[in-house]
Amino acid sequence: MLIDWQAFLLTIELAVIVSAILFVIGLPLAYWIAFSRLRWKFLVEALVALPIVLPPTVLGFYVLVALGSQSPLGRWWQSLTGHTLAFTFTGLVIGSVLYSLPFAVQPFAASFASVDRKLLAASATLGASPMRTFFRVVMPLSAPGLVTGVVLTFAHTMGEFGVVLMIGGNIPGVTRTVSIGIYDQVQASNYASANAMALLLLVFCFAVLAIVYALNRRAAQKAWTMGPAR
Amino acid sequence: MPTPSPANSTLTACIRKNFRTPERNFLLDVDFAAAPGFTIVFGASGSGKTTLLDCVAGMAVPDAGRIAVGDRTLFDEASRINLPISNRSVGYVLQDLALFPHLSVAQNVEYGLAHLPRAERKKKAAAMLQEFRIEHLRQQRPDKISGGERQRVALARSLVTDPCVLLLDEPLAALDAGTKSKILDDLRRWNHDHGIPVLYVTHDREEVLALGERVLVMEEGRILAQGTPHEVLRAPRQETVAQLAGFENIFDATVHFIHEDRGTLTCRLTGDSGKFVLLETPLIHAEAGAQLRVGIRAGDILLAISKPSGLSARNIIPGRIVSVERRDMMISVRVDCGVEMEVHVTLAARDSLRLAVGGEVWLVIKTHSCHLMRKGSSSQFSFPGSQ
Repeated sequence: MLIDWQAFLLTIELAVIVSAILFVIGLPLAYWIAFSRLRWKFLVEALVALPIVLPPTVLGFYVLVALGSQSPLGRWWQSLTGHTLAFTFTGLVIGSVLYSLPFAVQPFAASFASVDRKLLAASATLGASPMRTFFRVVMPLSAPGLVTGVVLTFAHTMGEFGVVLMIGGNIPGVTRTVSIGIYDQVQASNYASANAMALLLLVFCFAVLAIVYALNRRAAQKAWTMGPAR
Repeated sequence: MPTPSPANSTLTACIRKNFRTPERNFLLDVDFAAAPGFTIVFGASGSGKTTLLDCVAGMAVPDAGRIAVGDRTLFDEASRINLPISNRSVGYVLQDLALFPHLSVAQNVEYGLAHLPRAERKKKAAAMLQEFRIEHLRQQRPDKISGGERQRVALARSLVTDPCVLLLDEPLAALDAGTKSKILDDLRRWNHDHGIPVLYVTHDREEVLALGERVLVMEEGRILAQGTPHEVLRAPRQETVAQLAGFENIFDATVHFIHEDRGTLTCRLTGDSGKFVLLETPLIHAEAGAQLRVGIRAGDILLAISKPSGLSARNIIPGRIVSVERRDMMISVRVDCGVEMEVHVTLAARDSLRLAVGGEVWLVIKTHSCHLMRKGSSSQFSFPGSQ
């Protein structure tokens, strides 16, 4: 078989799940980073940015240790489910969420921070709670940044390699993603297959990004681009 | 909505707060009451006006003091009450309006009514859109309408929530006079029915005279004077107020002689070069030798080229012209008469009197054109008749 469809679908599944999780946990984290005035905020910001500079193998190694049966987390999970997190799809999701965290949180936080504070003040004087202000003012005005964050997360997860290899290994149907599959084919000197899968991944990623950025641009124009006064 | 009774809706504020401007640190220290109706907060930029409004709205937290509307406490340092902004029911129209750019005019106005059922919300917003003459804009985004229309939307958006106080931070600064006065008429009409205190910040002297039932003059975080605009601006007793009120001539003066019988004072004005001039001014409660300031409007001084006689004016002072400058359609003449005074005359007067540098002239100043004020103090001064 030229293309490992199973690996391809698994990768998409992983990317969708990780994007969804990061959207949910990224919003409050980004909100806190954008609006908190705590002095030690910079430490959290540095921690969130760490996966950008850290080699995936380092991150993958520590996640593997944390998930393994020697760690409290791993033992707790094992007592709950009967098996360890390492070399499972769930473990892969956990590692990928950590690895892609900055790609969601940084665009979110940047777009939250760029919302005019006076709008937030105006919302409060109109009786809106911070929660309502967030959903009615901050979120809509940050839409392009939110889309960017989700798309970057998705694309980044689609292409990850090092973390997957460290945590998940190479189990077909469980943890073998496209990038691992390509590596596998190259190792086996099966260049035709490697090429087909690489090309498919390339085209797919490009298409997703192009569609999302096009939609994003249209939405941004519709929402609040300053048009000429009538 | 039940109209609150006036006695019950007065804003009382006693605020102390250290605050920083880019230039310096200073203390906001005010204590005032604003009854329903317009109260103008007047002062130069950096005098603490906006910080004062921020404290009332809850965006800034005073270091000490108490803010209440009627018997509803918004902030009280002593009993640790500090209502969040969203619970204060204070309408605040910021200088740049802060309309929500992603919502239509109607959605902006409905924003503060989220707690109401949909039908009631629509009905209330529609009535307010009509009252402020913006119903034809309901589907428009804020960036598609004019500055005056945006202003109306911002007012409608605040007022539709039935705030107990309205704060306006130079809301009409960018508008032309015609648009401004129409909006103010609508706002006044609205407040006639609702009767809430409106704090209106401005540094425009004409707005003070046109609008205010009461005015608070602020400088350096303090209230220098309060009363009706006429009390405060027409007869300024404080130097800062005088500069704000447009006195071109302000001099240090010493009380030289007190004429209780005539109801006047003779004041000695000292110039830069040690020369002096005596000036007859209205009688105020002061002792001989007391230090005062005298303010005289340049337009209140007459110029004569020969010594006039048979005038009621008590001050007829000889001098020499130092400079003659044209400003738009008016001539500013500076005359050295011991002190240097600025006098404003018309172009026609300049030409017919042939006013030129070096010319000998007489200055004629009525006693009551000389406005006395306390010298440079920061002590608060209330006028008789102002609360």
